[in-house]
Amino acid sequence: MADKLSEIKFTLQPAPEPNAGQSDGNSCCCIPQPLEAEWSGGVLQTPAGPVCRVSTELTRKDLWGRFKCRVSSFRDSYTVPPGLYAVGEPGIGPDGGSDIFVSANYKFSFDMLRRELHGMNAWILALDTKGINVWCAAGKGTFGTDELIKRIGAASLAKAAGRGRLILPQLGAPGVNATGVRRATGFRLSYGPVRAKDIPAYIRAGYKADRDMREVKFGVLDRLALSPMEIIPAMKRYPLFALITLLIFGLAPQGIIFKDAISGGLPFLLYGLISVLAGAFLVPVFLPFIPFRSFAVKGWITGAAAFVITARTFAFFPYSGPIGPNILFWADLVFFPMASSYTALQFTGSTTFTCISGVKKELKAALPVYIASAAAAVVLLAIYKLLVWRLL
Amino acid sequence: MRYITSGITLTMLTDKCTGCGMCMEVCPHEVFKAEGKRVVIAAKDRCMECGACELNCAFGALNVSKGVGCASALIKSMITGGEPTCGCSGTSGNCC
Repeated sequence: MADKLSEIKFTLQPAPEPNAGQSDGNSCCCIPQPLEAEWSGGVLQTPAGPVCRVSTELTRKDLWGRFKCRVSSFRDSYTVPPGLYAVGEPGIGPDGGSDIFVSANYKFSFDMLRRELHGMNAWILALDTKGINVWCAAGKGTFGTDELIKRIGAASLAKAAGRGRLILPQLGAPGVNATGVRRATGFRLSYGPVRAKDIPAYIRAGYKADRDMREVKFGVLDRLALSPMEIIPAMKRYPLFALITLLIFGLAPQGIIFKDAISGGLPFLLYGLISVLAGAFLVPVFLPFIPFRSFAVKGWITGAAAFVITARTFAFFPYSGPIGPNILFWADLVFFPMASSYTALQFTGSTTFTCISGVKKELKAALPVYIASAAAAVVLLAIYKLLVWRLL
Repeated sequence: MRYITSGITLTMLTDKCTGCGMCMEVCPHEVFKAEGKRVVIAAKDRCMECGACELNCAFGALNVSKGVGCASALIKSMITGGEPTCGCSGTSGNCC
């Protein structure tokens, strides 16, 4: 058996694709998936070729991968090859008829699905969503009608697995026209629940999802899990901000003065950190409790509160130094809550309920304010420096 | 949680609705509800303009300007002039 497995080890792919190994300009997952993949559970022979069987247990490596997706750009290349996979002992061939669950080729999504299929005999059809989760890919159209029709053909689905019920995650619906798929392929399509964990209950209920299964939730744990990927991208700009801050405060007619850079710049550096935390962590976590619906306003309020608390806690006011403390205070007040507001506005992309018409309205109002605030902060800082240099 | 709702574009041509309930199946925010043999928009302010209902309505009864409610995507589209699409991951071209 081991010899047989090793023989097909580098020829096996998740689904027999007509163009395997060739580039068609869209498909890029042409690298054979080794059977040693931790999620692989052997091979199933079908009339359309060998199909990889997947395990329904998540290993430590899978869990570590999930964690890395939450905190880094690792998620950008966490994929499985698109195509057909088997779970358990599904019915093989044109008379097979087992359920076929459709998913994305983002391994995080794929793992969430296969874990919930424990004890079932079914198929998984992974679409080529370029490694993006179902909902985002549906919004982009990569988890879409055309890709589903193409993948059904490429996997020779009717020949390999029969004409079982095609079950799509409900959040794939923004990209998939169910009627169009049925007309093009003859497959009956059902929308399953939003969350994979509800699949067993959905099947028990006769392939019916109740209201709770159909609704997207966005609880504090969901928001907490998303916050690292709000903080980390925002912090990528922090080194540049720190460098500019130190240069501004250290700059003197006679050159850069290191002592002034540190003593003057330190409050700024701290405010920078606080404003990122306010916009990228406090706003997401306390979202329903912060007044107003606008994310920009929520961010500004939270940023302003965090700024005042920090300034009072560390007794930064009045600034040490001969002149200009009030001007610097106003520069801070104009700039840092605005930075929090901008950061909080970015969270609209991670939520489950913001609509494009609302974000457009927010941007229309907020962008001019941001530009004006940034310009005002620069002018106030320039006046402060001129006062320090006794040029005004 | 509610967002800014005054500009939501969802509309329904009630005479085209057959009451099949597909929109109720795909909507993630319970915007629709059955009323007699038809479906009506019960909570327009919950709509996130994802477009699932319009795409899956076989009778053309629903209309919505779909798009991603993402400030980053909109700002990027303002700068590049392109369509606002989610570009927070998977744009590196890396695969497998």
